[in-house]
Amino acid sequence: MATPVMEKSQAGAGGTAGDSPYITATFRIRRFNPEVSDEVTWQDFELEIDPKERVLDALHKIKWEIDGTLTFRRSCAHGICGSDAMRINGRNRLACKTLIKDINPDKPITIEPIKGLTVQKDLVVDMEPFFQAYRDVMPFLITKGNEPTRERLQSAEDRERFDDTTKCILCAACTSSCPVFWNDGQYFGPAAIVNAHRFIFDSRDEGGEQRLEILNDREGVWRCRTTFNCTEACPRGIEITKAIQEVKRALITRRY
Amino acid sequence: MKTHKYDTVIVGAGGAGMRAAIEATKRSRTAVLTKLYPTRSHTGAAQGGMAAALANVEEDNWEWHTFDTVKGGDYLVDQDAAEILAKEAIDAVLDLEKMGLPFNRTPDGTIDQRRFGGHSRNHGEAPVRRSCYAADRTGHMILQTLYQNCVKEGVEFYNEFYVLDLLMSEVDGVKRTAGVVAYELATGEIHVFQAKAVVFASGGNGKFFKVSSNAHTLTGDGQAAAFRRGLPLEDMEFFQFHPTGIWRMGILLTEGARGEGGILRNKDGERFMEKYAPVMKDLASRDVVSRSIYTEIREGRGCGPEGDHVYLDLTHLPPEQLDAKLPDITEFARTYLGIEPYTDPIPIQPTAHYAMGGIPTNVQGEVLADNTTVVPGLYAAGEVACVSVHGANRLGTNSLLDINVFGRRAGVAAAEYAATADYVDLPEDPAAFVQGQVEALRSSEGSERVTEIRKALQETMDKNVMVFRTEQTLKEAVEEIASLRKRYRSVSVQDKGKRFNTDLLEAIELGNLLDLAEVTAVSALARKESRGGHYREDYPNRDDVNFMRHTMAYREVGDDGTESIRLDYKPVVQTRYQPMERKY
Repeated sequence: MATPVMEKSQAGAGGTAGDSPYITATFRIRRFNPEVSDEVTWQDFELEIDPKERVLDALHKIKWEIDGTLTFRRSCAHGICGSDAMRINGRNRLACKTLIKDINPDKPITIEPIKGLTVQKDLVVDMEPFFQAYRDVMPFLITKGNEPTRERLQSAEDRERFDDTTKCILCAACTSSCPVFWNDGQYFGPAAIVNAHRFIFDSRDEGGEQRLEILNDREGVWRCRTTFNCTEACPRGIEITKAIQEVKRALITRRY
Repeated sequence: MKTHKYDTVIVGAGGAGMRAAIEATKRSRTAVLTKLYPTRSHTGAAQGGMAAALANVEEDNWEWHTFDTVKGGDYLVDQDAAEILAKEAIDAVLDLEKMGLPFNRTPDGTIDQRRFGGHSRNHGEAPVRRSCYAADRTGHMILQTLYQNCVKEGVEFYNEFYVLDLLMSEVDGVKRTAGVVAYELATGEIHVFQAKAVVFASGGNGKFFKVSSNAHTLTGDGQAAAFRRGLPLEDMEFFQFHPTGIWRMGILLTEGARGEGGILRNKDGERFMEKYAPVMKDLASRDVVSRSIYTEIREGRGCGPEGDHVYLDLTHLPPEQLDAKLPDITEFARTYLGIEPYTDPIPIQPTAHYAMGGIPTNVQGEVLADNTTVVPGLYAAGEVACVSVHGANRLGTNSLLDINVFGRRAGVAAAEYAATADYVDLPEDPAAFVQGQVEALRSSEGSERVTEIRKALQETMDKNVMVFRTEQTLKEAVEEIASLRKRYRSVSVQDKGKRFNTDLLEAIELGNLLDLAEVTAVSALARKESRGGHYREDYPNRDDVNFMRHTMAYREVGDDGTESIRLDYKPVVQTRYQPMERKY
């Protein structure tokens, strides 16, 4: 057996012993705590930090070592749980999936809450309207008739048809990047449509008509102006605008 | 303070909590209290799959699965529970499929299955395809599917409610469940939930290690609350180190990568697992693989300038296969390491992953107050619980199975109990403990900081209570933790507010981690043998004569208020299988 000699790829966490990986970076964070003041302020924090670390690591460093009142949500820290969507240098991203080196640390890095949802404290927003829109599209498998004893059969192609939209982690990066949503909080928003798509195009589902009627509403898919912000914002790489277009097409052709 | 009254209260909204909630909501007035929004739970980070002997792609049966589970757990598994797990696995997978879970499919359209560590055909002959999966996001799909079905069933959630205390009242000399006390993150308000039945499904406690696959929020709040109220914790010394965490970060790279053909290599490019596990090789059980990796590192065959890791090599696998079967973990390597897994091997090291121990329960999910006595109205399921189906080492894909099988069982049992039981009177001043804890932290002017104590705790746990343990390292850990607990009494927080005070909650979570770390180290010190995930260099062999038994740790408070841990032991349930030497 040919065995490759492993000496490649020393990139990644940490560097070689001796040279300091640290840089100085400024984090400019939007602060708001109505318990203290109604004023929004911007506060700068200067950190010595390894640029290969995550923005979330920087936020932790600030919270744990400088200012414990800095408030944000986070959990898994590797882009799976969807807790820490925020606006970093004007773009929606997950703080745990954004490395400092990738966002130009030579200039102050701005961090603010995602837009279009009420800010409750610092980077924490009220997620309830977001989840309500999700619940409103009936995001669950709807079937008729008797259940089979074994699994329902589905071809690999039929399974592939909706694979992209199953990746959604409900982080709200897409919905809160959408200019239509900013101006009209009643709009279902991209994430809810993505989750409707996930079922409409699932060959096992029989609730497509109901969901399409919900999205045919004046606050439904027709409000989408195809700005592609959502697709750009999605940390899971879901082609959201395409999914919304597919739902629109399904509404016209009633084929899906 | 607000009070609420429900038949059934479920603590936690990960896989086990939501699976329980789907059952309990159909049968009783149920509330789910969760410190995270449900879809944020760490079930979503599980990758590789859920084991069930569906035999869709090759011959398999639940008896082989039971045997593998018992052997994988190094014979500390309660065999009656393992049999239930393996038998009910099949329906658990089919139930999820019917709820809408998008499993990967075979060419025939049935659920596809792949190989996973420790799962074998015919009692260890060769690896078997038993893991039902959805790419490398099986946990994500389970979490989403269960939440979707909670929406469908109208499950009532209290999001961002931290349960900090368990309430029990004595009725006719028996301690019965009365409810829980929760802290509402948004407002700082304290809520008392009176309930006939309570199900703890609050997850693991892996955050007392530094290099860990666990979320920041996995701080063992449920285990700590039960322990403080005098209930035992079982087998806490058994903690699983997953072989393939991203070097230094600990982010999980699924065992499914090796199930798909990935190979572990040392600095010479050698496939070293052939030496340690000639049959199962890279797919031996996790404890075996993690020890083998550290043996390579200790003997100077580790990679990198500091020789502190090994490689997971996927470069011989076709890129299409990686894209289809392992899309997320290959993306992690690109995002966090800047490495292209098509062409370069990925630096990995073992990462603290899963607590085999927890709150002891029987197979109905009922919590035990000692070796045999059930606490009426109290249930636990998932990583917080110890049934024990995992024994001394859990097999990969058995945790997603555990949360579904025992989450369902606990939900049904709790709701059925609530249907006939009466409410138990709340203890006098039910919120006193939590109020005291919160007020003390808010008003403390002490000089100790959460971050420093947590860092010291994680460092001592990584150094002393990891893959290799000795009397000396464990004693060092016990002493260090005791001194950290002392320092913790002078901890203060900077945020004194009521609104979204995560500073305060991190301090409370640290207190829980300290309590549980102490139980873990003390239990490990007393177990003078090596078994599964617990490896003592000074006692390298399994000792079935003296230690074929579960550890039961109790918190004791002396008359002068001093706290100590008392250890007791519980027999292992053996049915079909006699302990044998464990070879892979």
